Amino acid sequence: MSLPLLGVPELEAKAKAVRRLVLETTHHARMGHTGGSLSEADILTALFFRVMQNRDLANRRVDRDRFILSKGHSTPGYYATLALRGHFPIEALQTFDSLGSILQGHPDMHKTPGVDMSSGSLGQGLSCGIGIQLAAAADPEMAGVRTFVLMGDGESQEGQVWEAALYGGARKVRGIVAIVDMNGVQLASTTAEAVSLEPIVDKWKAFGWTVIDVDGHDMGPLVEALERARTLSADGPVAVVARTVKGKGVSFMEGRHEWHGKAPNDAEFELAMKEIG
Amino acid sequence: MEKGDRIAHRNAFGRALVDIADKYPKMVVFDADVCASTQTVGFKKAHPERFYEMGIAEANMVGAAAGMALCGFTPWVSTFTVFLAKRALDQVRVSVAHANLPVKLNAAYGGLPTGRAGATHSSVEDLAIMRAMPNMTVLCPADAVETIAMTDLAMSIDGPVYLRTVRCEVPVIFDRDWVPTIGRAAKLSDGDDVAICSEGMMTPVALAAVEKLAARGIRARLLHYGTIKPFDVDAVVAASRECGAVLTIENHSVIGGLGGAVCEALADHAPCLVKRLGFPDVFMESGDDDQIFSNFGLDPDGVVRHVEDLLSRKRLRN
Repeated sequence: MSLPLLGVPELEAKAKAVRRLVLETTHHARMGHTGGSLSEADILTALFFRVMQNRDLANRRVDRDRFILSKGHSTPGYYATLALRGHFPIEALQTFDSLGSILQGHPDMHKTPGVDMSSGSLGQGLSCGIGIQLAAAADPEMAGVRTFVLMGDGESQEGQVWEAALYGGARKVRGIVAIVDMNGVQLASTTAEAVSLEPIVDKWKAFGWTVIDVDGHDMGPLVEALERARTLSADGPVAVVARTVKGKGVSFMEGRHEWHGKAPNDAEFELAMKEIG
Repeated sequence: MEKGDRIAHRNAFGRALVDIADKYPKMVVFDADVCASTQTVGFKKAHPERFYEMGIAEANMVGAAAGMALCGFTPWVSTFTVFLAKRALDQVRVSVAHANLPVKLNAAYGGLPTGRAGATHSSVEDLAIMRAMPNMTVLCPADAVETIAMTDLAMSIDGPVYLRTVRCEVPVIFDRDWVPTIGRAAKLSDGDDVAICSEGMMTPVALAAVEKLAARGIRARLLHYGTIKPFDVDAVVAASRECGAVLTIENHSVIGGLGGAVCEALADHAPCLVKRLGFPDVFMESGDDDQIFSNFGLDPDGVVRHVEDLLSRKRLRN
């Protein structure tokens, strides 16, 4: 059964719900990667509630679009999205990071319903996504399948990302969409202060990818960009550079590397929930 | 192929891929610019649509293979041992072993023999690494016959497999119809004076040593560990109890490989005198393989010498 096609206002409401669940999850666990989960919330919402195809809950279809969270630490946002999408009860978010939970610190395909591929060590997801699309090219039952790989800009400092970019462009791998969550902040500093990725659009173009540069928080253009990427990837690899803000929606978290891997305390949580609305 | 023929594992592996291609239509092969060396070139020619040349980018190769394995394909990932087990180690660990995907790793050029390429290309520590890797099955075939059999058997193992082969020619020791049992050591000679545990290409060396020892009246039990993991604990525990002394020989560092596995098993269940033959804690250097092996006692005469030393220590103990 396919999803009803959600419009921009409904998707914005879903994204707000994802952000609220992110804060509840990390606040309850007293740990977790809050900043990157808030920057990716709109992208995940657009993908899981609108752009990706054939992702039935009851049946892991062979011809479903695949998703890999290559920036694997941003699980609070990922799990919130999967829970809202119906893969597991929202109450399960309260077990995040605790012993025996289906919700590990980093995505585990064997433990969490809805996760297509395990990840966690940065830089590996795009190669796996390319492998899925090599399979799609070799298996008629996978015709039309797309793989969306969400990466961080800090993550893109890993060499393997560029091995994969090189291969994808050189071989014109079809159906692969790399999304860069360009939030500009990594664990210890801004990305510019660490090792800048700019000019990021030129880099992906030089590697032979079609590039779409978009605001990663403006739902209308974001959905349009991701749907266009899905279509264009029929002919070759597509990179979506999504300009985002780390900690988006919470003023005291926005753009601050201190919120990369931190959970809000009780007072911060109250304030943050008010700001999200 | 007949007993005594000298055949390189890589040639046997390359042939096996072509032989089993029709049996496993979803088997695919990845290589990183070394298909002429690893001998996957035969498969490339026979099934170009199932062969993926990934360029000199091993990390991406392992990840792409994992992606195909997610979708019902069974990929062989083929390159030199040093690159597969070290350069792409994190990808093997996370994208393959932790994800527990049926990716089959052809670790060609295991141990010393690399065509005199020296320290950077000789892999002395990969067994220690792969043995400690959860979900991994680690195979070290002795000869061409066993390499072919294990290539086929690896396809039936539900999970990742590390098949470690060597570059140099190795004498065939098994009958053509030999089929090893994964997880069991093969007893190639019986005896209770001393036990010898060997892996991979060191098994033919150990077999020659057993004959020399027999001529000296020493009855050695030879256990060939074609499977390093899961490790056959029972075989070496019985050998310890019945022989009282164990010598291990491997084309690998004495740290963490077969000798390490034997000592762990015996420490837990049946301690006895052990001598580990292998490379000491050093990098290799360029040179003639046989000469280097001999310098470390990794030839039949070296084994005989160390067994006699071990037996004199055993007598002192008794």
